[in-house]
Formats: sequence, C-alpha cells, structure tokens
Amino acid sequence: MKKNESYEEFIKGVWRDNPVFAQVLGMCPMLAVTNSAINAVAMGMATLFVLVGSSFLVSSFRNWIPKQVRISCFIIIIATFVTIADYTLLALVPKVHKELGAFIPLIVANCLILGRQEAFASRYPTRLAVMDAIGMATGFLVALLSLGIVREILGDGALFGVKLFSENFEPWVIMILPPGGFLTLGVILLFFNWFKFKKDEFLEDVAEAERSGS
Amino acid sequence: MTTDTIKQAAPPSSLRLVLTLAIAGLISGIAIIGIYESTLPTITANKARELREAVFKVLPGVSQMQALVYRDGELITVEKPDKDEPVIYGGYDEAYEFVGYAMPAAGPGFQDTIAILYGYKPGEKQVVGMEVLESRETPGLGDKIYKDAVWVGGFSALSVEPEIVAVKKGTKSKPNEIDAITGATISSKAVVRIINEAHTAWSDKLPPPDAEPPFQEIEPASTEAGQ
Repeated sequence: MKKNESYEEFIKGVWRDNPVFAQVLGMCPMLAVTNSAINAVAMGMATLFVLVGSSFLVSSFRNWIPKQVRISCFIIIIATFVTIADYTLLALVPKVHKELGAFIPLIVANCLILGRQEAFASRYPTRLAVMDAIGMATGFLVALLSLGIVREILGDGALFGVKLFSENFEPWVIMILPPGGFLTLGVILLFFNWFKFKKDEFLEDVAEAERSGS
Repeated sequence: MTTDTIKQAAPPSSLRLVLTLAIAGLISGIAIIGIYESTLPTITANKARELREAVFKVLPGVSQMQALVYRDGELITVEKPDKDEPVIYGGYDEAYEFVGYAMPAAGPGFQDTIAILYGYKPGEKQVVGMEVLESRETPGLGDKIYKDAVWVGGFSALSVEPEIVAVKKGTKSKPNEIDAITGATISSKAVVRIINEAHTAWSDKLPPPDAEPPFQEIEPASTEAGQ
C-alpha cells in the first residue's frame, strides 16, 4: 500500500501530470536550452537536484515554517540549492555551464519548482514529497530531452555531439534557433493532446459498452 | 469573514516570523559560502588552463606565457593585474625568447559581445592566430567565426598594415585581406573590426621590436596555471 502510494506520486509527474506536456510549466528553460541533448540533460539534472533538495527541506520543516512567510522561505531554500548547482556545474563542466549561461540562476524562477513546494511538499510527509519531486523532475527531464534530441538531430545532424549523417546532410538551422523550440514543442503538445483525447474517447466507449451490457 | 479566519489561525508573533527568515537566511548564507569556497580553486584553475590553451593556440611555437600590463608608459610584467586593467599576454618559446603577444579583445557582434584572443607578432606586423573565447552568434551562420576552419586559418598570417579588411569570399589578393564568411558577413566583419580597434589601441603602447619585456619566472601564476 505504502509502496503503491510512492509509486503513484512518482509516475504522476513522469506521465499523467507531466509538468511540461500536461501542466505546461517551466516553458522558459524548456524553449531556451533544448537546442542540444547535452544541454537538456544538464538543465534537467540541475532542476532535479534543486527540486528534490528543496522538496525534502520544505516538507521536513513544513510544521515550523509559519504560513505568512512560507513563500519567502521556499525561495530562500530554492535559491540556495540553485547557487550550489550553479557553482558545481561551473567547476565540473565549464563548457556546459557556458552554454546554459543565465538559465542556471533562472531555475529559481522556474514556476515548476515553487509550484511543487506550495502545492505538494508543504502539505505532505517527506517521503511522498521526495517521490513527487523525483517524479516531476524526471518528467521535466524527459520533456527537455525529447525536445533536445529532436532539435539537435534536425538542426545539427548530431546526437550528444556525435554526427549522425554524412557531410551531405543540410541541417535545419531553424531547429536550433528559438523558433525551432516553439515548433517542436507545438508538435509534441499536439501529440499529447491527441493521445489524451483518444484515451478519453476509448474509456467512454468502454463505459458505454458496460452499461448496455448490464 | 477574513478577520474571523485570522483570529482562528492565531497568527504567530512578528518575532517568530523575523526569526524564521533570519535563520533560513543564515543557513543559506553559510551553505553558499561553503560551496563558493570549495569550488573556487577548481574554477580558477579551469579558467587559467583555458586561457593558457587559448594563448598557445593563437601563438604557434609558444611554451611559456606571462601577463603584461601598460603602466606609466611601459609594458611591465605583473603578478596580479588590477581589476578592469587591460592585460595582454607575452608568449615565449622554450629558450625564453619572445615570440609574440596574445591580445584579448572584445566588441559587439551580431547578437552579443564577441570576445576573442588573437596572436600578434610585432616584428612581422602580422596576426598569426585568432580564437573566439565568447560569442552568442547565430548557430549555423554566425558561429562559423569559430567553426569554419578556413576562416580561422585565414588569420595565420594576416598583415595589420594599414588595417585588416574583410573581402568577399575568393577575392583576397593582398596580405591584409581576409575572405569573409558567406552568410555571416556581419559576424566576420565584427571580428575584423575588433582586431583592428584593439590593434589601434595598443600599437602605441607596445615597445619597439626586440625591446619586448623579458620572461620573468613568477611562481604563483605558473604553478596555478600548470594544474
């Protein structure tokens, strides 16, 4: 039972309530840093670290933080984790840090993170809050990565920096420019909504069949 | 209605609110200082290594370098340049003979500031290498200023007299001309302009050929950069 509950919180973020495809949150990094798969992974991992860390702390201290100053406290906690992620990336992978630029400090302003603190971590026990954070962050990573992979393959003819095609391949430069982000995201959202629509239709059919059968 | 809810919730005292935020801020501050202090050596070493590699790239045959600044009418070696003081780098070969200068320069490009480092041999009045350190030029077009090997190679023997001129591809005929990149005219002209401007700014300050500052062994800088 307990295991199922954790699993439910995890899978919710990855698929059903995916922060990008279902909730359309965190659009700023989503569009800005998905021009290559490696940038998407670095951004996703940084967000995962910040979200899990702050959800853990917020949930652990949820009974001590007065309601009146909760948002300020959440922001202090989030900003601390973002600074840690910023310096760590700068020390370990300076090249990736250079590519991501201002978008690492901007994780503070990612509404996905503050949203999870307010809506979930500050109301539920630590174990569930951490599972929820891991799920949401994984969902965000999956979304970033799917955009990053599509954009890098089409826009640069490569994946994780490895050239996939021969010299004759003419890259669609627009895919790694900002418009490419909107185009790819639009197509993926279209697919998700179509899938949801079809699923609802199918469930309705099943319900109707059951009713007429009984 | 609202007053009722506030009464029911029994608001905590202001002192408690202030204390909560103060403690959160204190812990956060300590954590940030901790991570800053622990990553600083690696970050400084990375930057020094990057700079060293760039200097060696733009000045072929160089194996030693030192920072030079212009103070009181002459070019001198310094251990630690002042903040915001323009610095150039002197490159020396294995016998500590002067080879050339590596000059950092920056200026507006198509999107944002382009920062470059170029190698300059005063004896021959030639640019001998160029490396883009920072740029946000358009991927696929403007980024050719560091991805296009032919363009970068064009800086290996480029005369600065009277000034560098970017010409249409394939029309290079003089030693001070370089073929601009097709589709990235603005970015390639920006690089040329940055070098020209830096050259004008520095040409009076550089000592005459064969009077360059000699190489001085400065321990802290060389050990740090060697990591």
